[in-house]
Amino acid sequence: MTASARSMTGADTAPVLSVENLTVSVRTEDGLQPLVSGLTFVVGKGETLAIAGESGSGKSITSLAIMGLLPPPAVGVTGGSVRLGGTDLTTLSEAAMRRIRGDRIAMIFQEPMTSLNPVLTIGMQLAEAIRAHEPVSRGEAHKRALAALRQVLLSEPERRMIQYPHELSGGMRQRVMIAMALALRPEVLIADEPTTALDVTVQREVLDLLRDLQRDLGTAIILITHDMGVVAEMADRVIVMRAGQMVEEGGVGDIFARPQMPYTQALLAAVPRMGSTAARVAPKSDPIARLSDVQVRYDIHGGILGRVTARVHAVEHVSFDIHKGETFALVGESGCGKSTIAKAMVGLVPHEGRIEIAGQAVQGLAGAAQKALTRRVQIVFQDPMAALDPRMTVGNLVAEPLVIHGIGGAKERAADLMARVGLTAEQMDRYPHEFSGGQRQRICIARALALQPELIIADEAVSALDVSVQAQVLVLLKALKEEFGVAILFISHDMAVVDSISDRVGVMYLGQLVERGTRAQVFGNPLHPYTQRLIAAVPVPDPAHVRPEARRLGGEVPSPVHPVGQGPQRVVLRDAGDGHWVANALPG
Amino acid sequence: MAAYLARRLIESLLILLGVSFITFFLLYVLPADPVRQIAGRSATPETVQIIREQLGLDQPFIVQYGRYLGGLVQGDLGRSYLQKTEVAELVWSRLPATLLLMVAAIFCELLIGVTLGVVAALSRGRPLDHVVMVGSFVAVSAPQFVVSLLLLYVFAVKLGWFPIGGYGTFAHLVLPALTLGLLGSGWYSRMMRSSMIDVLRQDFVRTARAKGLTRGRVILRHALPNAILPIIAMIGIDIGVFMGGIVVVESVFGWPGIGQLAWQAIQRVDIPIIMGVTLVSATTIVLGNLLADIICPMIDPRIKLR
Repeated sequence: MTASARSMTGADTAPVLSVENLTVSVRTEDGLQPLVSGLTFVVGKGETLAIAGESGSGKSITSLAIMGLLPPPAVGVTGGSVRLGGTDLTTLSEAAMRRIRGDRIAMIFQEPMTSLNPVLTIGMQLAEAIRAHEPVSRGEAHKRALAALRQVLLSEPERRMIQYPHELSGGMRQRVMIAMALALRPEVLIADEPTTALDVTVQREVLDLLRDLQRDLGTAIILITHDMGVVAEMADRVIVMRAGQMVEEGGVGDIFARPQMPYTQALLAAVPRMGSTAARVAPKSDPIARLSDVQVRYDIHGGILGRVTARVHAVEHVSFDIHKGETFALVGESGCGKSTIAKAMVGLVPHEGRIEIAGQAVQGLAGAAQKALTRRVQIVFQDPMAALDPRMTVGNLVAEPLVIHGIGGAKERAADLMARVGLTAEQMDRYPHEFSGGQRQRICIARALALQPELIIADEAVSALDVSVQAQVLVLLKALKEEFGVAILFISHDMAVVDSISDRVGVMYLGQLVERGTRAQVFGNPLHPYTQRLIAAVPVPDPAHVRPEARRLGGEVPSPVHPVGQGPQRVVLRDAGDGHWVANALPG
Repeated sequence: MAAYLARRLIESLLILLGVSFITFFLLYVLPADPVRQIAGRSATPETVQIIREQLGLDQPFIVQYGRYLGGLVQGDLGRSYLQKTEVAELVWSRLPATLLLMVAAIFCELLIGVTLGVVAALSRGRPLDHVVMVGSFVAVSAPQFVVSLLLLYVFAVKLGWFPIGGYGTFAHLVLPALTLGLLGSGWYSRMMRSSMIDVLRQDFVRTARAKGLTRGRVILRHALPNAILPIIAMIGIDIGVFMGGIVVVESVFGWPGIGQLAWQAIQRVDIPIIMGVTLVSATTIVLGNLLADIICPMIDPRIKLR
């Protein structure tokens, strides 16, 4: 993707798809409410148009409107046109639209985990898509399905054909989705957040694949995403949307270098960037939490007597300290054991080794001692909606920890906390569903602060939030840390967010720490190849950034399941100087 | 798979042991006296005593139960007090009729329940949906003796489409199977409706539509197999409910199955027959559940038996 390649595509080619004055509305008791209004854009052959925006901006609704997949009867196109070649898709009958879907316009979705039918084999689902549009025999469809799998560079394509979706990893499933979408050589591919649910290294592979296929096939891509890093790397042109309307449109270079509208400027400013935060000297203080040689294993039972036949080695020999008032971040990809450590630290899963909170071992606590521990350590989870009881008022939710611990003045204290996280005391009588995602996460933070803990564990606490909201919550967390002197264990898969908030960082892979040091050490001078790979994979929100042609790593993370008596190879951390520890090898 | 089956069979035996103990105990503490039934009203106390000793009913509970269990492990279900025939023989001769009725009833229930459930889900919020849901509510609420008499009156007496009772041809089977199936179909149509609505919201259904598949294929190939899973798991449990209904339905339609046998035995306090029928029913339920658990992974490859 060089500058010259970009200029060849774009608006100068004849448009494949043109959307004009598109309005999508939902029927409510108060009449028609527009979800998208007056949207106009074109996409040319071989061009990538990114539609960027935060949740509720109408970007996904736009894609469903183009596909004719809006949920009837409430939501529908109420104005404008979508032209593919000479046909206006909004006027077509369902039968005529069905013939276009999958054949001339194809779509891939955000969640590869749920987007494939769990009870049908990969081969059946691929062949079916081909046979829906072309009168070919079963054998021929099978052959073409196999060819499509080869095209997306899936390993062992013959075996994948007879496998079921649950036997494949997220990245492999998204490759299958892409194979299915591109099998019939559509003119337009709509990719709705195609890499949002994937780990960063897998995201890199999928983005590379999409770009390569587009170059070979000349497909027009409409890329819908909230991630400005992905936009910068993939798009030729960008549309920024907000509340159902286009805010700004332009070439990718212009949008990033010279954003015209205040909203675009604010959106870009909120994007976390690696290396943008000045290095801080971590305060030297006593450890509040100390983990030494911690292991967590889950038993897998089998056989007639249900004996333990194998174990999941979720966490292996992990040691680190968290000092008072510092933010220690654990990063790693899904399944690396970072959340398991959080659960072990509050006694939700049994562990071996030793976890000390303020000098007291967590293991074997019961009753009053267990309760005392919960006063010191609180967790904020990823999904604030799931973490708040929908039947309790927000005031009661925030006050509940105080009530449980028999602390008086719960109501007043809850009101203070609400104010402290940027909400008002008047909102205390409302229920969680009346708040936005960012507000809900503030409520969770207020609840975590209620007991004045010494350590807050934030487990992917900002991952589900829009960037602008994410930025606000991160600012709040930093401010609270200064104000209350609380230590934070910040667990995240997002390298850029970790870089912007942490004092020290631990990088996990397959249950073990492979690198640990200050933020400046880990991000400025990553020594372990896995850390280097993670950092290199992060999309950079700058179209001018030239990515070094790195080797494209395929392959899957090995399984953490081992037979009884065996285990993963243990890595040993060696001191690289000044508190920077690096593993000698990759565990596996 | 073999290990799984072995473990499930061992579990099943333990369940049956528990069932036998509880039933035997309940019959022991029952105030009704089987000896009185055998001896008749005019018998002298001496005769009663002799019969009691002959049947071993004067022994303490634990001895009686031990004896019964001893016979059971040798496949001996005992002799009927009144008919003087082997219980195993009686139950065995009537079991096929009951199993036939049960299979037919499950078929009715699935056919009606699943179809109506899918129809209701697809026309969600429209009049047809409301009609189906009210209908299912009626089916669930109506007692089986009422339903059976109603069906008899309309289809046998008035219309003359089916025989009033008896056993032998397919026509004999229709009304009893329908009676039993209607109750379950009420439950199933509601379950199927909510399960289907749930599945239709899933991402993979959207993917199927985005592929350009026809509506029929999206529903039958993609949504239905996923939506029907909870229903399959229910059938195993449902067999237990059937066993209760079978006693009523077999009596009304004169169906010569074990339900009728049980009904007669209960009236006469014929303990060996009651025990025999209970154990055979329990075995059917346990095996039915096992069968449902084996079928589920055939539909859903994510389910692993271990």
